[in-house]
Amino acid sequence: MKTFVAFIRKEFWHVLRDTRSLVILLGLPVVMMILFGFALSSEVKNSNVAILDYSNDDASRLLIDRIDQSQYFSVKERLTSEAQIERVFRRGEARLVIIFPQHFQDDLLHTNQVQVRFIGDASDPNTSNIVINYASSIFRDYQNELTEQKKLPYTIETETRMLYNPQLKSSYNFVPGVMTLILMLLGAMMTSVSIVKEKETGTMEILLVSPMRPLLVVLSKAVPYLFLCFIDVIIILLLAVYLLDMPIRGSLPLLLAESLLFILTTLSLGLLVSAVVDSQQTAMFLSLVGFLMPALVFSGFMFPIENMPLPLQIVSNIVPTKWYYSIVRAIMVKGLGFSYVAKQTLILVVMTVIYLTVAIRKFKIRLA
Amino acid sequence: MAKSVIHTQGLTRKFGDFVAVNAITFDVQEGEIFGFLGANGAGKTTAMRILCGLLEPTSGQASVAGYDVYKQNEEIKKHIGYMSQKFSLYENLTVRENIQFFGGIYGLTRKELREKTDVLIERLGLNHEADKLVGSLPLGWKQKISFSVAILHRPKVVFLDEPTGGVDPITRRQFWDMIYEAAHEGITVFVTTHYMDEAEYCDRVSIMVDGTIAALDTPSGLKRQFNVNTMDEVFLQLARGAKRGE
Repeated sequence: MKTFVAFIRKEFWHVLRDTRSLVILLGLPVVMMILFGFALSSEVKNSNVAILDYSNDDASRLLIDRIDQSQYFSVKERLTSEAQIERVFRRGEARLVIIFPQHFQDDLLHTNQVQVRFIGDASDPNTSNIVINYASSIFRDYQNELTEQKKLPYTIETETRMLYNPQLKSSYNFVPGVMTLILMLLGAMMTSVSIVKEKETGTMEILLVSPMRPLLVVLSKAVPYLFLCFIDVIIILLLAVYLLDMPIRGSLPLLLAESLLFILTTLSLGLLVSAVVDSQQTAMFLSLVGFLMPALVFSGFMFPIENMPLPLQIVSNIVPTKWYYSIVRAIMVKGLGFSYVAKQTLILVVMTVIYLTVAIRKFKIRLA
Repeated sequence: MAKSVIHTQGLTRKFGDFVAVNAITFDVQEGEIFGFLGANGAGKTTAMRILCGLLEPTSGQASVAGYDVYKQNEEIKKHIGYMSQKFSLYENLTVRENIQFFGGIYGLTRKELREKTDVLIERLGLNHEADKLVGSLPLGWKQKISFSVAILHRPKVVFLDEPTGGVDPITRRQFWDMIYEAAHEGITVFVTTHYMDEAEYCDRVSIMVDGTIAALDTPSGLKRQFNVNTMDEVFLQLARGAKRGE
């Protein structure tokens, strides 16, 4: 035990003295939270719109005003002919062109039917979809105002309630995502690199001829990273709650306990890497490509897993990030208790045990 | 007759078909400085790893400090010190921290550690450098600290794997003074080297060729046996017959 303590103390010296790593370890979560919170947003604001208004009547002017005043659009240009539309898109001057036909108001009020054309720039399909949705909803609101006065014969009113995240804040999505990515990246990469470093510099040999059990050597290297990753979880949660106003609906101790479990999973992955790899570069490369990429793709954070082809959906099950991500969302956003995340927890436990067993086996083989 | 600290009998290690160490038999006495020579690839490192309890032999017997290499390798580890050809301290820890760490993993108590650290720093004349990072010190000093750390826990045997590689002659001489001192205190020194002048400093020398021990005697005995004037010539005569290359 005494030797174990001596070892852990030395690991802390290492970590604390390596300013560069420390900055990465503690700075990365802050940077990522701020980036996702303020700079990277899936909302599209202030899109430029060009208008081609053939009628120029009260109704069309009212709508154009409303579009311009909404935070999502600003009307940049008034076109005079269809020939100009092409040019607007080619120069990237607008994301959306709205065409009002002649006699817009007259047709609307007297024939009860009128067509407005939206032309979007689908070279960026996601954005143009979002932009057209925003624009449509402005027109729909206007239509609702008109029809409120008279009762239409057949109408289905849809009443939508968005549960758990009524304001559709993106932080509800990315905070669990950032947590998952950071832990995956730091846990797996930092541990594997630090162990492989000892192999490279030759100090590993000295440790192995010492009376310390090899298993203990390796485990104690993971301890400081356990602490640091846990600090990262706390940093992220603090930023989420106080900077991004995102509540933690479920139990905080449960969330922390699950995070601890996931940290153990990533650390054992790191140990596994360091057992099979001999240079720091390989370790880093393997962690980035082997873990970060799948973590990004298969956690469900950026791309919905349900939309993937079946083989990929199956593959996603072996990626630990998917399970942790769903645990964090369940606890933080939906406020669910342990019984709802028991399955995911069990999967993570099993994964951790498997990684650790394989890692220890590999270490033993190398020492034989 | 002095007690034998390292004892091997027909010690063999194969890697697949390759016989790295082929039935070597020798004894090293307590307090002896035993030179373990051989060209690169002759099997020195493998033999040393077996004796350190890092590698299990394929066949034959060996014991170190009275413990069997097959069954008691954890015991062996407690009673040996080891210093490798690669530099083996932590560069981003200070001298003091390195000493305390290595002492710590050999189970020294806090009090023992503090005393030994101070004595050692004093003895090495490193009072001003004690709290500097090891990475900033010259190589010769690092090797001396490394050696002191390897014998900090008073092991029965210390294994030195090319300890003076890349070090200037003066520092090498000082290093050997430290080795003598350790041997004088009863620590058996098992050292590999490529410097033949260092071979002359050893009490006895063995020369490995192609996995076997081709010669084993005192330096003067070897020179007489091969009828030459220097260890260099002894070594060349033996190594020239080697079939294995690098």
